[in-house]
Amino acid sequence: MSGLLTLRGMPADRLGDLLDSGQRYVDMIRAGVRAPSRLEGRTVTIVFFEPSTRTRLSFEKAAHALGATVMVFAPEMSSTVKGESFKDTILTLTAMGSDVLVIRHVLADAADLAALWSGVPIINAGAGRREHPTQTLIDALTLRQHFGALQGLRMGIVGDVDNSRVARGHLAALPTLGIELTLIGPSTLLPVANPWVARTTHSLDEALGDLDVVYLLRVQRERGAAAGLSSEASYNRRYGMTEERLSMLKPTSVIMHAGPINRGIEIDDSVADGERSLILEQVANGVPMRMAVLEAALGERE
Amino acid sequence: MIVIENALVLRATGVELAAVVIEGDRVTSVGSVASANGATVIDAGGAWVGPGLVDLHVHFREPGQTWKEDLGSGARSAAAGGFTAVVTMPNTDPPIDSGPRAVEAITRAGLVDSVDIAVAGALTKGRAGVEISDLDAMYEAGVRIFTDDGDSVPDGGLLRRIMSYLGDLPGALVAEHPEDCSMTMNGHMHEGAMSARHGLVGLPGVGEDVIVARDIAIARDTGARLHLQHLSTASSVDLVRQARATGVAVTAEVTPHHLALDDASLERLDPNLKMYPPLRAPADRAAVITGLRQGVIDAVATDHAPHTAAEKAVPFEQAPRGVIGLETAAALTCVALNGDQAVFFDRLSTAPARIAGLARHGMAVEPGAPANLVLFDPGQTWVPRAFASRSANSPFTGKELVGKVLMTIHDGRISYEGGQG
Repeated sequence: MSGLLTLRGMPADRLGDLLDSGQRYVDMIRAGVRAPSRLEGRTVTIVFFEPSTRTRLSFEKAAHALGATVMVFAPEMSSTVKGESFKDTILTLTAMGSDVLVIRHVLADAADLAALWSGVPIINAGAGRREHPTQTLIDALTLRQHFGALQGLRMGIVGDVDNSRVARGHLAALPTLGIELTLIGPSTLLPVANPWVARTTHSLDEALGDLDVVYLLRVQRERGAAAGLSSEASYNRRYGMTEERLSMLKPTSVIMHAGPINRGIEIDDSVADGERSLILEQVANGVPMRMAVLEAALGERE
Repeated sequence: MIVIENALVLRATGVELAAVVIEGDRVTSVGSVASANGATVIDAGGAWVGPGLVDLHVHFREPGQTWKEDLGSGARSAAAGGFTAVVTMPNTDPPIDSGPRAVEAITRAGLVDSVDIAVAGALTKGRAGVEISDLDAMYEAGVRIFTDDGDSVPDGGLLRRIMSYLGDLPGALVAEHPEDCSMTMNGHMHEGAMSARHGLVGLPGVGEDVIVARDIAIARDTGARLHLQHLSTASSVDLVRQARATGVAVTAEVTPHHLALDDASLERLDPNLKMYPPLRAPADRAAVITGLRQGVIDAVATDHAPHTAAEKAVPFEQAPRGVIGLETAAALTCVALNGDQAVFFDRLSTAPARIAGLARHGMAVEPGAPANLVLFDPGQTWVPRAFASRSANSPFTGKELVGKVLMTIHDGRISYEGGQG
């Protein structure tokens, strides 16, 4: 088992097994049953080279819930500030007895390289703009819970697709599960080419009526003009998920967002907190889905 | 005396199966050999003999970064690749951007005896693209090729003044690295389907095209000679083709890796596939191959850019750009040219020697010609595993190549002998 580097090329039955495993942990949590300590005596090392709240905390909680020992590496408190290379950091953390490294990095191939160098399973917790596999699994699980099946669902991914590792992860795996994807946004926010099985459009309003799922991406406000927006107000006018747009959707359609959300820009308050929103379900599925991923990476050696 | 028998020799009149006799630093006879008493006799076994290869574009890292390469290791790498002359780029540390630095670099280059090294000088002080360097003092020292390679001169007005000035100096040449960095900064690979999939910031082809178009317009306006380095896009080949047709004095080069590879090979992000310009789309690769065959692109130049294994053992986006190329250039070029011997020696020797003004190189193998020669077997397969270069950052390590340099002769002396490896 080589951990989880990418969902690209993973067959549907394997994706289904991971989702089934995630669902079992969801059911245990809902029933108040303690999960078996399948990772007792194992060390999960969380290596985040980039700020994150929900992903890091949910991996920590998932590892604890399976009985693992957890080490957290934060570069701002480490030898990275003394110039230690990424490679040496990976070798050091491996030598300290890590059984799995959970890696978040701003560079696209960081997890791949760690796998090459380390020898222990690597879980990609978000790499560059390329992929965020566990978020994609969480969202697939959330949709399966809500709709029962994924085959034939139509999802529109709205906004800053080009800068989104979540969007690229979805593009890598959701079509395998039968979900049809449409990328929606201005040219400045869509990838320069479309090597995926996906449609693209610049008009959210024209796409809305066909969608079962509207997946909103965060506007990267910190990027300012470089983000390719003429203004935040204009973005909200053309791509914001407003009450008015909500009324254009099919009655069965839902709203998703990987967070953190910018209320009033890509999503209105009432929509984010409304009954069509699956945002909190996504968050709730984070820990059990990551338990399943940790177990798959480590549990088989028991 | 050296005698090479049974060789396909590139003569002034065409290719001929013959023996070549070398005495001192000259070719003394081409044809049949009556007696070879006391000579070193080499049976070429039907391999090619032609003028030693000439590389318009190498980075030998001296001064300043000699852990990657120095003049000695660079010269050994050149000889192993069949080269008898190279042009070193001025982006050393410090850069070659003044008369005294040019004098020093040329003096040091003159101490290397296995390859002729022509030193290029920077167009602007510190290669900063702001202030004109002392072109005249470098010209007096012997510099003929001027370039800020690694960057283009971003300010069109400044480049126009530079080209006007150099247009007055006989034999002087402006070589530009065509890249509009306002479009390409932060980019790591060609902007296209592959960069989209990896989520990497790309270098769009248009960033090259706009500088090629601008520079051609300035060359037309000033009448100065312009050489465009490492063309990589279909549009830039078209622009050069059109400029030539209207009489602009522009020449161009392409690297062997742009002939051999495109961005489809970046399925895995290998730092040894990272260079600027980046590996482009398959259609761009086809266009540079066609341009080279037609002579729209005059020369193959390696952009030999050594970096150590440790420097490349980092994530792709952090890896330094550039690959070595001297020792694999002949094989890759021969394949791209479908094994045409005459075109091979034109693009790798005669044309670059003419562009650089190197009188002792690139000449047909005839009695009286300087004994700068290469013996190349176009059919031999081999696998590069180790390099004479101090660095090994080649995308072709471990890959089977067709076409091998068997021997290089520089100034009448054997500078490389490869055997049948």
